[in-house]
Amino acid sequence: MNGTLVGPLTFGSVEPNSGLKNALGKNRADVIADISASGIKGRGGAGFPTGVKWNLAAAAKDDRKFVVCNADEGEPGTFKDRVILSEYADLVFEGMTIAGYAIGATQGIVYLRGEYSYLRALLEAVLEKRRQQNLLGEDILKKKGFHFDIAIRMGSGAYVCGEETALIESLEGHRGEPRNRPPFPVDTGFMGHPTVVNNVETLAWAACILAKGPEWFKKIGTEKSTGLKLFSVSGDCARPGVYEFPMGITIAQLLKEVGGENAKAVQVGGASGRIVPAKEFERTLAYEDIPTGGSIIVLGPQRDMLHVARNFMEFFVEESCGQCTPCREGTQKLLEGIELLEQGKCSTRYLHELCALGETMQLASKCGLGQSAPNAFLSIVQHFREELMGRNNLIPAGKE
Amino acid sequence: MLVTERDRVKEDIVRWVEQYGGNRSALIPTLQELQRKYSQITDFAMQVVADALDIHPAEVYGVVSFYSFLDHRPKGKFVIRLCRTLSCDMQGKDRVARQLENDLGIRFGETTPDGKFTLEWANCIGMCDQGPALLVNEQVFTRVTPEKVHDILEGCRRTFGVYALEQKEEHLV
Repeated sequence: MNGTLVGPLTFGSVEPNSGLKNALGKNRADVIADISASGIKGRGGAGFPTGVKWNLAAAAKDDRKFVVCNADEGEPGTFKDRVILSEYADLVFEGMTIAGYAIGATQGIVYLRGEYSYLRALLEAVLEKRRQQNLLGEDILKKKGFHFDIAIRMGSGAYVCGEETALIESLEGHRGEPRNRPPFPVDTGFMGHPTVVNNVETLAWAACILAKGPEWFKKIGTEKSTGLKLFSVSGDCARPGVYEFPMGITIAQLLKEVGGENAKAVQVGGASGRIVPAKEFERTLAYEDIPTGGSIIVLGPQRDMLHVARNFMEFFVEESCGQCTPCREGTQKLLEGIELLEQGKCSTRYLHELCALGETMQLASKCGLGQSAPNAFLSIVQHFREELMGRNNLIPAGKE
Repeated sequence: MLVTERDRVKEDIVRWVEQYGGNRSALIPTLQELQRKYSQITDFAMQVVADALDIHPAEVYGVVSFYSFLDHRPKGKFVIRLCRTLSCDMQGKDRVARQLENDLGIRFGETTPDGKFTLEWANCIGMCDQGPALLVNEQVFTRVTPEKVHDILEGCRRTFGVYALEQKEEHLV
């Protein structure tokens, strides 16, 4: 059930809680300085520098602050967080505790997606064990005055709640509709208090960085995208599963590792990501080239790209929160457009209009969901136009 | 004294609201408990929750209607959610879907007349490397094939009907 974990992860080689012990031996500013020096950026996909985020939350003046672990892993094709939580939950909680120490928070919350309810008992048991070992609770590891505990809250099946402000709305008991930013959660987060929201993987790496030092992390990867990253690989390949690679790996290298060399295209970043056609397989997976939260869906030569576009657009029609017009109406219109293409009834001019609508959505939607909803469609139109136009709806795709 | 269903719902809600902190952020955990225990969040329950939290019932309805795991309509004891997202789709979710419909005699979005099974689509349940995948309540099944559908359903059926003598239903205990 835990999935194919291909090869050992660095997470397993780090001595448990050595990161936390190191952190508690330093002052708060130095802990954040280590995180900043490592160059780590948010592993959920958006790529905001973690050190900057912690710094802003640490600088905010408030008696109550929160650390939220975003375990609402809803992006299609992503399952690394499930594996991390199944195998290395201790490391994630350790990372949260370090974040709590660094920013001066006393409460951590894990927002676990409803689909992963079966992990809850395991996570509660790990938390209880940590409390008994004084790794959570009051005066943690005899550090006077450092109190921190972690609670688990469940999601209820809404993809948009992976967006940090929607997640906070959900924690507060509201519909998961994203807020306007600014103010950012580091300033006005859960219950109006400064809140750091970090991805599961980011927190686990934070614990590793404190254990092994920022230099270790910084020398892996590229200059702008440091360190290692977990990739969730699925689709038409011989060995799907969770892989650990340095940032900056090319898609061709990755495909070789997973046994998907004959792919026609790769969907990078899930439904909100984009299609990378075979001719661009030398591009790198890094924040400065193709940013990703780690979702890699390999598409073999037999796949119908319009079907891919349809699957993702149906996803967004379903998951759009309906709050802002470009996203709510745009996703519907694009899906109708895809249906026209399927029937072979879409004029070139109308296809151009659909693309223009997609670009409007990228600019005008309120949150990341709406801004990224047209990405898959637009990149498929860009790279696989010849597959889309003038289709004969009587012949199933791929059998012409 | 006869304890009616309504009294029981009321007692449960008051207890849950208290347990989860008594403020607005207790709303969703309370609704999740209601959904789990009663397979439905009725208008009455929403009113009671609203009273307990001192908010308008429309606020509660807004939340219930927003999340796909919460529902004001009655759901089956077993909610089957088949993942329809691309990776599971490419691994053959359509045939599993058809077999589920055939074996249950309902379409997606419907509940069997005996109130035991609800069939729904799910968006990516994070089992992309082992698809097609589905959830039965909180339990996950991976690499499901059309011929495995029968066994999965029988596993559920063993907890009620003629089998109930052997293994009592959870809510009757």
